[in-house]
Amino acid sequence: MDVTPFIVLSAILFTIGCVGVLTRRNAIVVFMCVELMLNASNLALVTFSRANGNLEGQIAAFFVMVVAAAEVVVGLAIIMTIFRTRRSASVDDASLLKY
Amino acid sequence: MVAFWILAPVMVAAALGLLFARKAVHAALLLAVVMISLAVLYAVQDAPFLFAVQIIVYTGAILMLFLFVIMLVGVDASDSIVETIRGHRAASILVGLVFGLTLVLGVAQVSFGAPLGLDEANSEGNIPAVAKILFTRYVFAFEITSALLITAALGAMVLAHRERLTPKPTQAQLAAQRVRDYAEHGKHLGPLPPPGVFARHNAVDTPALLPDGTAAEASISRVLAARGTVKSAPELAEDVKALTEGDD
Repeated sequence: MDVTPFIVLSAILFTIGCVGVLTRRNAIVVFMCVELMLNASNLALVTFSRANGNLEGQIAAFFVMVVAAAEVVVGLAIIMTIFRTRRSASVDDASLLKY
Repeated sequence: MVAFWILAPVMVAAALGLLFARKAVHAALLLAVVMISLAVLYAVQDAPFLFAVQIIVYTGAILMLFLFVIMLVGVDASDSIVETIRGHRAASILVGLVFGLTLVLGVAQVSFGAPLGLDEANSEGNIPAVAKILFTRYVFAFEITSALLITAALGAMVLAHRERLTPKPTQAQLAAQRVRDYAEHGKHLGPLPPPGVFARHNAVDTPALLPDGTAAEASISRVLAARGTVKSAPELAEDVKALTEGDD
């Protein structure tokens, strides 16, 4: 199995996640796009682990998953708190720190 | 490689759907497709441990969390199409395309050589091998993640906790309030009227009729009324009329 297709797929998924973060306005969907980017990087890590013949890449992917789980928990709690006070899950509405 | 060529188009299509899905629920389900396909790709690439973790942590825990929050925030909290910064969407799509093209072209031109494969590293099984590395070289990082998880759990509890600002009303207070409402505003004392029970409809979206033939506002749920799924009495009458005329 060649390595390049996996890495290209990972790059494509990462790009799609990137564009999603930039264009979508719903905070939950933005968050999902961040998850997509993390997953894409995980795919690259696992692929490189296979290419280099050691398991360090898989360990790195495992740590990324752990951190992603923690990040999702806190992030979703923040989104919920913002929604509760402002009745909106749009990233454009939470702009109080700007002024 | 067969698994890859089958799953890669599916994953890219689902990820693109994430960009265009109007509703957050659809986006979450498309993300589930991407994540499960990724798990299969991990399994293909000699990473059975990560395959299981991907299914359990990502599709099991994280996506369920997403769906729960969508449920709390409101399923129909869809995106606004209004741009707050002019030309923002076009600019970000352009930047994304340029970024993606550079990344893909750059990566595609690198020659990675033949993959060494994990047969040697996995000779005693993938999970024992992963455990050996995790609990020797990365044991400190592993312990730190436990602190991270506890901090995250505490943070989520603090953020999601809602402080009760007023004391909870007792049943006696609620009863007194009800009687006061009746005295001051003439609000009906008893329970709300049930939904209408007609010959063909007895669902909660059917309003009860008052003696003068108008719909009783209090007999239907406010949520259903706001969604516009409530069928008005005249509409129902039309239905019945159409049906009886069809019989004749």
